[in-house]
This record gives sequence, structure tokens and C-alpha cells, in this order.
Amino acid sequence: MTRETWINAALALGLLAVPLWAWVADEPFTITLATKVAILALAGVGLNIALGLGGLVSLGHAAFFGLGGYAMGILAAHAQNYTPLMEWPLVVEGTKSMPVIWLVAVIVSALTALLIGALSLRTSGVYFIMITLAFGQMLYYFAISWPAYGGEDGLSIYVRNGFPGLNTLDPIQFFAICYVLLILALAFSARLARSPFGLALNAARQSPQRVETVGISPYRLRLLAFVISGAITGLAGALFADLNRFVSPSMFSWQTSGEIMVFIILGGTARLFGPVAGAALFIFLEQALGGLSEYWHVHLGLLLLAVVLFARGGIIGTLAGQGARND
Amino acid sequence: MALPGKPLGEQNKLMTTILLIEQVLNGLQFGVMLFLTAAGLTLVFGVMGLINLAHGSLFMVGAFAAAAVAGATGSFILALAASLAAAAAAGALVEMLVIRRLYSRDHLDQVLATFALILIFSEGTRWLFGSFPLYLNIPTWLSGPVTLPGGIQYPLYRLTIIAIGLVIAGGLFLLISRTRLGIRIRAGESDREMIAALGVDISKLYTIVFALGAALAGLAGALVGAIQSVQVGMGEPVLILAFVVIVIGGIGLVKGALIGSILVGLTDTLGRILLPEVFKLFLDPSTATSIGASLATMSIYILMAAVLVVKPTGLFGAKA
Repeated sequence: MTRETWINAALALGLLAVPLWAWVADEPFTITLATKVAILALAGVGLNIALGLGGLVSLGHAAFFGLGGYAMGILAAHAQNYTPLMEWPLVVEGTKSMPVIWLVAVIVSALTALLIGALSLRTSGVYFIMITLAFGQMLYYFAISWPAYGGEDGLSIYVRNGFPGLNTLDPIQFFAICYVLLILALAFSARLARSPFGLALNAARQSPQRVETVGISPYRLRLLAFVISGAITGLAGALFADLNRFVSPSMFSWQTSGEIMVFIILGGTARLFGPVAGAALFIFLEQALGGLSEYWHVHLGLLLLAVVLFARGGIIGTLAGQGARND
Repeated sequence: MALPGKPLGEQNKLMTTILLIEQVLNGLQFGVMLFLTAAGLTLVFGVMGLINLAHGSLFMVGAFAAAAVAGATGSFILALAASLAAAAAAGALVEMLVIRRLYSRDHLDQVLATFALILIFSEGTRWLFGSFPLYLNIPTWLSGPVTLPGGIQYPLYRLTIIAIGLVIAGGLFLLISRTRLGIRIRAGESDREMIAALGVDISKLYTIVFALGAALAGLAGALVGAIQSVQVGMGEPVLILAFVVIVIGGIGLVKGALIGSILVGLTDTLGRILLPEVFKLFLDPSTATSIGASLATMSIYILMAAVLVVKPTGLFGAKA
């Protein structure tokens, strides 16, 4: 086992141990924080497929995070008001069932990612960054100005959605759901990186010309990576909305995109567990510094600046050394 | 505005024309303000190859400096001078401390470091000035409407913004095409090793270009601050619109930034009044207003997508 594998195992166990301890010690707030870490890490795992593996610097992943959130909000709002989502050509009812909501969130995010990706991937580099940012912002303004689902105020859900056989209102059980989904996404992401698709994507990031020479289209590889990436981030958005029982346009805001990216960088770009380490550190700092000073974002900014300028591998890169990174 | 002695239908037609001309002027004013922000961003990208998310923060710095100086002295001219000076100083400082280390890095590092700068600037400003918005008043000698040819009443201040913007655009073209600094900037865009080898102090040139872009953004912030309120976070929406402008016009091109800005300004402003009217032709008025308004907020992004489909490097761009 390499040192990075040990660190990954420690992170996975640590994220499990903290809420279990909090459950025994009866500290539900800590469990909620751990759930938040798991969900935000899941969003990061999604972005990391585009960013780390594909080299696609998307500054618009809040679009998928928000779509997932609104998929949950809209379906659950119709279910709790007993109004059908649409009546023509066929009657579609809302739902309070998590698996159905996840499926809808994943499909909607994937289709949107297909559309945004198909347009944005016509360009590269700095254009791509600006365009993904702009599309994210487009959905943000749309969510604000669309009055049917709360507009600027967002949507509240009275009771958390249900999962067959579990009581999702119990914090530790909801944490378990999020944790299992995170681990599944990490396992999927690890397999993806080693699959022929992942290897070709990695090659397309390093040398698109060579990939093209052997008859593979980098555009299609990247588009597929972008769609998978958006779908996972959309799933995280649905969970995040369920955690708060609230969705608002701020899930679409460009700060959200920036923060998801910050998790990855704090943890270590292209590291499997980078988003987990980054999200955990982010939530820890938010709690620790947020209590000390109202202006904790200044400290976060300085830390981020220091990581980017001086500690380029992030937490995992600093602890595990540069060896595992295959650039 | 009822005009005596004319039939009602003709009056309505006249009113619509006047409204339309007013909105075109508003769109121009918005576009010119965007140009001031986008010009610096596109120059910095063209010359240094740097994507700077913190450009919106410099816009905000200019607005706050202007509001503070106007509050202390009461002079609008001094306030504008302060916005230029403060934004240029902040730009030069940030360039020397942070940005300079990012030129050789990839875009991801640049995005993150400048995102960190936004956090520092925003929270720092909140700490200095508090969370409440400041107000910058339009001076009396610029307030009130003027009557344009054709009897259209239009605010003098907004006309002044259009004029200032166009003068600065002209000045920038002259600076880049006619002066020694402009020659160096253009040389820096095409081959930075070569101009360093020719004895130009490249790091000084970069600082100057960055400070110039910052000053323009700061001025835009101050000019807009008198129309809206001056508050933390005011820069980022403008930054994102400036990105849209640059994508439409082509990165690194001042001409592209000017045309792109005016296109975006007009599309946004006219979309907001025309789209609801278009939908009213085949939907009931309240649905039409809400759909039209929602689509209007998306119109500039749809414009951007359309330009991308036709020309991925922007209207005037050659290189990707």
C-alpha cells in the first residue's frame, strides 16, 4: 500500500468515526456537520472527474448542484401540496421518495451537462472557464426570476424525504445514506480512472493530438466525462437540499462553483480522496474560524492563496508526496 | 405625456418610439460601463495570459474609494480621481504580491488564487466599511434630464457615462496603436521572450498593464456606484458579464471588448422590455410577462451560446 492509500483509508474511517462518536455522545449537530462534509465531498468527487481526470476547469458546476437541489425541491413541493407536476400529456405526480428524486436529479443534471458541455467544449482553456461560469450564472438568474418555485426566496420542504426501510429524520441514518453514496461514488471514480475510458481521458488531457492520432475523439471523451461529472454533482445537490430541507437560487451561485472547486484544491487536485479531505477541512474551518470572527472568509482566502502558491498538492499532496500524481 | 392635437394611435406610436430610444440609450450606457471593466480583463489576458477573477473586486474598490472621498470632500471629480488612484494602486499591489507568481502557472491555479483574492477583498471591505451599502450621489451639475433632438428627455448623468466611456475607448485605441507603451503591449501579446530580449523591463510592463486595467475597472465602479448603491459583492455580477463580453468579442482584443460590450448591453436592456411584449402576442399578459422576464435574464447567455456555435473563438478572435 502506498502512503496515499493509507491516508485515504484514514479519511474514510475518520468521516465514519466522527458521527458515530457524536451519535453515542448525543451530539446531533456534529452528525449534521459530518453529513454536510459527505455531501459536499460527493459534489467534489463529481467535479474531480471533469477537473482532475479530464483537465476541464469548470467554474459552473453549481448549475448541476442547483438542478439536483431543485429536482428535489420541485418534486417534494408538489407531493406535499398534493398537486400534480403536470397533467398533460400524462399526469406526473410529485414524490417524497429519495431514490426517485435522485434518479430525476441525476438525469436532469446529466442532460443539462450534455447541453452545456456540447457548447462549452467547442472551446478550451480560459474560454471554457468563462463559458461554464456564464452558463452557471444563466441558471442562477433564471431561478431568481422564475416565480413558480419561490423565485428569490427558494422553496422549503416541511419533512425530509423518505428512503424505504430507513428513518431519514434520524440524523445518523441520513448520514449513513450520504456516506454510502459518497463511498460508492469514490469506488466508481477509482474504477473509472483505471478503465479504458479513464486512461484515454487522462491521455487526452496530457496530449490531445496523440489521442486524436490513434483515432479517438478527445471531444467525445471530454463530453462524456463532463456529463458523468455533472450527474454526480447533481446527486449531491439533491442530498444537500434534503439536508437543509430548503432550496434557493444560492445553490446556483458562482460562489458555490468556486467552493466546490476549493474543496478539490485544498484536498489535492486529481487525488481520489482530495474532495473528502478538502470538504472536511472547509467545514472544520467554517466552524472553528466562523465562531472566532465574522470575517472568516479572509482567513480562508489567505489559506487558499498559500495552498495555491506554495503547497500545490493540497493536503493529500503534502502528506503523500508528489509520487502518485501522474502528470 | 399627452401631446395635444394628435390622434391617440399616433401618440401611442410616438410614445413607443421614445421608449425604445430611451432603452437603446440605456443599453449603450450599460454596454459602455461593461467595456470599461472588460477592457482591463481582456488586456491582462491578452498580454499576460492570465484569467483574473478578482477584476470585479477592483471595480468594487473603485466604487468604495469614490464613495468614501465623495462623503469626505463632497466633490464628485475628486471621487472619480480617487477611484482611479485606489483601483490602480490596489491593482499594482496585488500584481506585485500575488499575480506575478501566477503567470507561469496553469489556468486552474490562476482561477483559485484570484478566487482567494475575491474572498480577501470582499471580507476586507466588509470589515472596513461594514455590511451596509454606501451611497454616492450624482452631483447637481450632472443631475436632471436633458432634452435630446426629437424632444426625448434623458438623464444627463447617463449621457455623461456614455460620453466618458466612448472617450476612454478612443483613448485606449490611440494608446495601443500610437504610443510606445502600446507598441510594447502589442509586442508583449505576440512574443514575450522577444521583447524581454530587446531590453524592455517586462515585469514593469506587466505591472503597468495590470494597474491600467484596474484603474478602468475602478472608474467604472465609481460611475455605476452613483446609479446603484455601493456594496460588497457589486463587482462579481459585472465580472461575469465582462467574461460573456470577452467570449463574444474574442479574448485579448480591445475592439472585440467594445463591440461585445455594446451588443451585450443592448441585448440585455432591450430583451427586458421587448421579450414580454413578444410573448403577449400569443399568451395572456401575466404569463407573458413572467416568461418574458425569465427569458430576458437569459438572453445574453443565449447570445453567447449562439456566437460560440458560429465562431468558437469569438466574433473577432483568431486564436483559441
